[in-house]
Amino acid sequence: MLTHALVGLDARRVEVEAHVELGNPAFTIVGLADRACQEAKHRVRSGIASAELFFPSRHITVNLAPADLRKEGSGFDLPIALAVLGASHQVAPERLAAHTAFGELALDGRVRPVGGVLAAAEGARREGMERMLCAAESAPEAALAGIEPVPVEHLGEAAAYLRGEAEPAPYEPCAFVASERAAHPDLADVRGQERARRALELAAAGGHNLLLAGPPGTGKTMLARRLPGLLPPLGPDEALEVTRIHSVAGLLSPERPLVRDPPLRAPHHSASMAAIVGGGRSAHPGEVSLAHRGVLLLDELPEFMRPALEALRQPLEDGVVSVARAEGRAVYPARFQLIGTMNLCPCGARGDPAVECSCSPQRLASFRDKLSRALLDRFDLVVTVPRPRAGELAAGPSEASAAVAERVDAARELLAVHTPRRTVEADQLLSRAVERLPLSGRGRARVARVARTAAALAGVEDVRPEHVAESLAYRSPRELEPM
Amino acid sequence: MRDGAVTDELALAAFAADTGTHLVVEPKDARFARFCRRFDEAAFRKRLDEAGVRWLPRSDPAFPGALRSIFDPPAGLFLRGRGAPELLDRPAVAIVGARACSPYGRHVARAFGRELAAAGLVVVSGMARGVDGEAHRGALEGGGVTVAVLGCGVDRNYPAGHAELARRIGADGLVVSEYAPGVEPAPWRFPARNRIVAGLAQATVVVEAREKSGALITADLALEEGREVFAVPGEITSALSAGTNALLRLGATAATSVADVLESFGLEIGDRQAPDLSPPAEAMLARLADGPASADELVRGLGLEAGAVAAALGELDLHELLTETSGIYRAATRR
Repeated sequence: MLTHALVGLDARRVEVEAHVELGNPAFTIVGLADRACQEAKHRVRSGIASAELFFPSRHITVNLAPADLRKEGSGFDLPIALAVLGASHQVAPERLAAHTAFGELALDGRVRPVGGVLAAAEGARREGMERMLCAAESAPEAALAGIEPVPVEHLGEAAAYLRGEAEPAPYEPCAFVASERAAHPDLADVRGQERARRALELAAAGGHNLLLAGPPGTGKTMLARRLPGLLPPLGPDEALEVTRIHSVAGLLSPERPLVRDPPLRAPHHSASMAAIVGGGRSAHPGEVSLAHRGVLLLDELPEFMRPALEALRQPLEDGVVSVARAEGRAVYPARFQLIGTMNLCPCGARGDPAVECSCSPQRLASFRDKLSRALLDRFDLVVTVPRPRAGELAAGPSEASAAVAERVDAARELLAVHTPRRTVEADQLLSRAVERLPLSGRGRARVARVARTAAALAGVEDVRPEHVAESLAYRSPRELEPM
Repeated sequence: MRDGAVTDELALAAFAADTGTHLVVEPKDARFARFCRRFDEAAFRKRLDEAGVRWLPRSDPAFPGALRSIFDPPAGLFLRGRGAPELLDRPAVAIVGARACSPYGRHVARAFGRELAAAGLVVVSGMARGVDGEAHRGALEGGGVTVAVLGCGVDRNYPAGHAELARRIGADGLVVSEYAPGVEPAPWRFPARNRIVAGLAQATVVVEAREKSGALITADLALEEGREVFAVPGEITSALSAGTNALLRLGATAATSVADVLESFGLEIGDRQAPDLSPPAEAMLARLADGPASADELVRGLGLEAGAVAAALGELDLHELLTETSGIYRAATRR
């Protein structure tokens, strides 16, 4: 019986062998099985009994080969049960050999879905297997890998199918049709905030990292959560890639086995470094990987632990994160768009005309120190969102996400085929800015990038001075500079 | 005593550092006499040289006249930086104020520092956080010379976060102190430091000060020495303006623009070439002249797209015609 163990996103071939011999009744699993895997024996025993199959009262040894690869999780329940049935001649072993299996057993013999089916199915496909026994809920996910799933709701069904007594149940394949963007909150809900909305549009069109700074209650988080709704749906390859990661993390819902929209991940600021970049005992994917091809929203950026923030720098630069742990090492993709929100000072009063900031210089300095220059430099767009002042001209109704997304799509298409070049005047303006402001090398590159996006949004082929001037207006506010 | 006044002043500074006291005249007690006998001047000067610190005694002709004429001039000044000692004798203006200042105070301090330095005055301040630091930064931006007076040894960067600022000040200007290298900052030293700030300058500008603040001590000392004191008016409801407004009530001159300060030096602000601005930027400048505004207000007030407003903001920023604090834009202080 063949199945697959997951190491990071990689599926490694695992052969499940069962041996039934005379002796005192016993059930042993060998081959570096972790705890969840060891407990399989109880589920398997009770599952086989509940399926009105025969659990041999003999000495049973199950081996998971290769023996030096650590196996974890409950996905081995179904293959172990089938191997036992094969070894006790209740199903034909040669029938078994043509199948791979992945799933957890309930005590009553039902087959439960587990995470990582897509990756396991892809592994099986590479091995030349054609059919995979899995939980009915996992069938569409397995089908994405190009393997023929055999959805089973119960161990009894699996046995009947393997004996040739029943046909596999039909399943609903999922199509690569772009979904509606309706699932996301709409930008029309945000009144005013024209500048922040513009920055959001630029971020969506150019894939820029965005930092929104301002006093509490100005809608920073509300704005940030609307970014995924402006992004185009994922392409087929991207969708598979994202689905694989979410599958390994066990985040897929049976109704939506394929992740078609850019994911939004918003971890709480108490998240540890392992939660952000990945880790745990056996190097699970972290938030940066779950946000792959999507948006990582870090609300209240300075409240995050500094090691967690600094660990973002590698994935932001390379688009991948490699996690090494005692029991495994894995490289996960992590190409995400970072969007952060923060107050301008610890008490939150800065930027609010109605309240006076009560922070001491020391508190301000330590607040500022939480964000390293290196991290701040990774934000192409920094926007201060002040609290609207009394007597301010009321804002009219706002544009909906759909209209903005259309412009974003057009700009992305333009950028995909053509890189806008700076005109001579635009170049002169940029050089003057480098000298006068002054801009660092990295700062200059950021301004140039944002200016290209502004030009693409305007639908023009070259970067004009006004685009450079605009991108100069999204640099870090004075509050974040060292005093 | 031994050989001449120069050594005695250095011995006095060294003795003060050694005993943790503040001294401007030689004490007539046995301890000082004993110290003088033991004092190894050559070794002390060697340590100064190694630390890149110069010693400018009170009796030196290069010692600034304005400082020598105060009631209790220091025995001398320790100097760090590449500026010549003579620049301490140039017309100077002190800019002082609260450490925990408001965005308004920060903006005014920086603008005054920049404009006054650009007009050729030496900007003197205390290198503290807030107004002091901004005044130094403004002066550096204006391409001028600035002097920081410390309340500890010049080898110390206090506050530590201003180490880089101290380096930039020292590139053309000076970081000075009456305290020998190695002296730690202590609260009681700062009022004494303030008398040097006031003493070096012909005029002192107080930007923001709470009641009973160090900046007010500087202003009092300046008044006692008969120097000009300016106060920048603030909101009467703000605690940060209580000190400056009290100064105004007592008869300080209101500094409503850089020109007010320059006038007392008989200087005028240079005419600047009006830059060539795009129509949206012109409209925005006119709007900001009526008062500060957020970018969103500008979008609605000017009827422009958010992108166009950002472009105009970037353009004005590049021409230094505007400043931003906490998302609120102000027209830069001009004539």
